[in-house]
Amino acid sequence: MYIIVVGGGRLGYYLLKALLIEGHEVLVLEKDARICKTITDEMGSVCYRGDGCEAATLAEVGTGRADMLVAVTGDDEDNLVACQVAKHKHNVPRTIARLRNPQNATLFKKLGVDVTISTTDLILEAIEREVPTHPLTHLLTIDEKGLVIVDVKITAESTTVGKTVKDLSLPKQSNLVLIIPGQGNPRTPAASTVLQEGDQIIAVTTPESEEALRNALSGI
Amino acid sequence: MKIIIMGCGRVGARLASLLDEDGHDVTVLDVDTYSFRRLPSSFGGTALFGNGIDEEALKRAGIEEADVFVAMTQGDNRNVMSCQIAKHIYDVPRVLCRIYDPLREEMYSALGLETISPTKVFAQLFKEKIEGSESK
Repeated sequence: MYIIVVGGGRLGYYLLKALLIEGHEVLVLEKDARICKTITDEMGSVCYRGDGCEAATLAEVGTGRADMLVAVTGDDEDNLVACQVAKHKHNVPRTIARLRNPQNATLFKKLGVDVTISTTDLILEAIEREVPTHPLTHLLTIDEKGLVIVDVKITAESTTVGKTVKDLSLPKQSNLVLIIPGQGNPRTPAASTVLQEGDQIIAVTTPESEEALRNALSGI
Repeated sequence: MKIIIMGCGRVGARLASLLDEDGHDVTVLDVDTYSFRRLPSSFGGTALFGNGIDEEALKRAGIEEADVFVAMTQGDNRNVMSCQIAKHIYDVPRVLCRIYDPLREEMYSALGLETISPTKVFAQLFKEKIEGSESK
């Protein structure tokens, strides 16, 4: 794949390295001449000096044949514009933008950026996974379907301990996929399955129903 | 009309004071409060510290009730992003965007933003001045 990376900062640098190792054709666009030289000296002609938000620069590096553009500068507005120019001027099929402000995710999606990655959100999710008492953690988001896969823990405080699955009033579009008990093997939940303390429940739901699902499953 | 101007530089401050004189409800946003020195002492509108690409700041400036939003900062990308927030998230009826880079200006104009490129306008203006005086 031909991948264009906008921004040769620390993130862009390591991304370039990793993508090259995976065998992709990669080009970094970087405004700063010194950064460009460092990258070129170390890895060869894989860095082009120029503004990745400019249609002219993108034309010079053959963006028209790029499979993907990844914008990882430190400024959300620059990442947005780089993706929009790539998409609208050069018909790049897939654009990915790094976000500083996680709240920009909705806007970027609305404006045609295919994927947004917020480091803040990623770290937050990792923290939530690490904190054992947190009742609901995100495992995966399926954007195209508007669904999320979550993990709900049943603790001693949960009012649902001892109840069966059919007694739970689950919100719409929520399905329990798997129960991983504190001890023993994971099993697919049936209507008669009884919830126990220490159970971990993997469920599919919508982002809107997350709170309701957490309530229904843990009672907290 | 309720008008929000993002960026209190020379042009932004002047525009704000002209609109204020005409009796409009003007709010100016800037990330540097020092810029507000450019506003005349007679300015009766609101000068607000905040970044126009931040939805919280836009809400504080009253974007939900605004009739017009103008982006006047030095950064083309900042202007483009804030204008798209105003237009697509808050449905502001009239959104005006300054974009220095003529290529970027053409693209966003094609995407439906009302854009002005000072670069294009001034080059044309000076060209006409020069060629006009030559023929005299």
